[in-house]
Amino acid sequence: MQRKNTIWPYLLVAPALAIVLTVVFIPAVNALLMSFKNYDLRRPSSIGFIGLKNYAAIFADPLFWQSLWKTLVWVTLGVGFQFVFGFILALLLNKKFLGRGLVRSLSLIPWVTPGVLIGLMWRWIFDGNYGVLNDLLLKIGLIHDKVPFLAQESTAFPAVILTIIWQGIPFFALMLLAGLQGIPDELYDAASVDGASGIQKFFLVTIPSLKSVIFVTTLLRIIWVANSVDVIFNLTEGGPAYSTQTLSVYIFNKGNSLNLGYAATMSIMLTLALASVAVLYLRNIFRNQEGKA
Amino acid sequence: MKKGKLGVFKALLFYILLAGMLAFLLFPFYWTFVTSVKSEGELYGQVVTYWPKAPTFDSYKKLFTEFNFLKPMANSLLVAAMTTVISLTVSLLAAYAFSRYRFKGRKTLMTMFLTNNMFPTVLLLIPLYSIMRKLGILYTPGSLVLSYTTFTIPFSIWLLSGYLDDLPLALEEAAMVDGANRAQAFLQIILPILAPSIVATGAYVFMTAWNEYTFAVMFTNEANRTIPVALKNLIGQLGVEWGMLTAGGIITIIPVCVMFFFAQKRLIAGLTAGAVKG
Repeated sequence: MQRKNTIWPYLLVAPALAIVLTVVFIPAVNALLMSFKNYDLRRPSSIGFIGLKNYAAIFADPLFWQSLWKTLVWVTLGVGFQFVFGFILALLLNKKFLGRGLVRSLSLIPWVTPGVLIGLMWRWIFDGNYGVLNDLLLKIGLIHDKVPFLAQESTAFPAVILTIIWQGIPFFALMLLAGLQGIPDELYDAASVDGASGIQKFFLVTIPSLKSVIFVTTLLRIIWVANSVDVIFNLTEGGPAYSTQTLSVYIFNKGNSLNLGYAATMSIMLTLALASVAVLYLRNIFRNQEGKA
Repeated sequence: MKKGKLGVFKALLFYILLAGMLAFLLFPFYWTFVTSVKSEGELYGQVVTYWPKAPTFDSYKKLFTEFNFLKPMANSLLVAAMTTVISLTVSLLAAYAFSRYRFKGRKTLMTMFLTNNMFPTVLLLIPLYSIMRKLGILYTPGSLVLSYTTFTIPFSIWLLSGYLDDLPLALEEAAMVDGANRAQAFLQIILPILAPSIVATGAYVFMTAWNEYTFAVMFTNEANRTIPVALKNLIGQLGVEWGMLTAGGIITIIPVCVMFFFAQKRLIAGLTAGAVKG
């Protein structure tokens, strides 16, 4: 069935390959070339090769370093809490109860919600005048005056991080739940025989069995969260005073202001930073593939 | 006795945690809906109400009469449908090759498709913008469809080859022994069995294209902007008209929810299979 010398597989892959080469690899190479150019569409006459000047410029740009730092915090706290709450949700959904199927479906909705809508909904919740969060916190007595969450530097970044946590809980829960359901009961039975308590079973059976799922899902989420633009852009556009501007949002803003060379240079830096994560992910995938075959 | 009390406590804790989690995940949708059916007076009144006193669909009416919201809906539908058809067609062919043939360069090609998903959107965004501009397809639906294939094709190939790997070879071999060629075996045996999985993959591609904002805002103009861009523009134009904004939000999410509920079972099985096997 699987003859070696046939041209068919190449023909079958060709259309997908052609499209992907055109829209991914050519642009990626293009971005690299652009990073060596002064490429500002507002000043088309001055477009030209400038060597490493863009790189020198971004290294001297305090906003670049600040955005990089913001990205690190955004990814660490965002993915970290997505994992914690996603794990709790997965453990809850792994128990049998009436209406579990419905609850599971409903809890996944944030995952398929458009980023713009996420931004819009939370912007309205965080609103300083009519926002429901202010009303709730006033009622509980946690605050005494309304807080303009997205308009002041001290609260804007925590607010956008809370939003991305909300968005990412379902995906973690989904993957971890599948992992939990794949753990054979015998492992728990054996641990019980050995006299393990519930908490011991969790750390000695559950966590080790989920190691690979946790690893792959976390890497995927890191890449996704680091790259995401739409949630922040639709909540704050990176403001106030750049306090919510991650590197992706900074690049997007630069692109919007048509300074393409500068934006391309920063996107090369972002790609390099994420490449290490990607390599880990790919290595894991292929190790598993070889294990299967 | 002690154990019984502990059991009740555990059950109580379980339901409290579950209710808390669900409330957190679903409240934004509830709040968006409630806002969209409030009257203007109630929306900006002195007290915040958690259920509208006199529900009204005025915001929805205004959205369609004052702003031609049907136009971006039609644009989104066109872009999402085209993306789905193109992605599914080319991905199905490639996935079949990866699943059913062992050929030189297979691993390299698969890695290439996998790495695709790793490229930051913003890396591709900028050069694609200038490429589309040079090709003269900037501000056409085609530019969006092409951009979306950057992530929908690799993803579909990955998902579809997973589904295909689960189908036993014996199915096709039996048909081929009976004299069918490979294409016939594929069309008559594989395709019908795979149909639900193809639909699930298609639903995911459709949702991704329907939801996408970052490419859409750069590659569209007034005439062909999609729903996410229209929604964002509404924020710019209306500022604080939250009645209409939330109404637009509800309209955006409904098709996504409907599709998701139909496709979720297969989709989740496909998505989690890869990670869990490892």
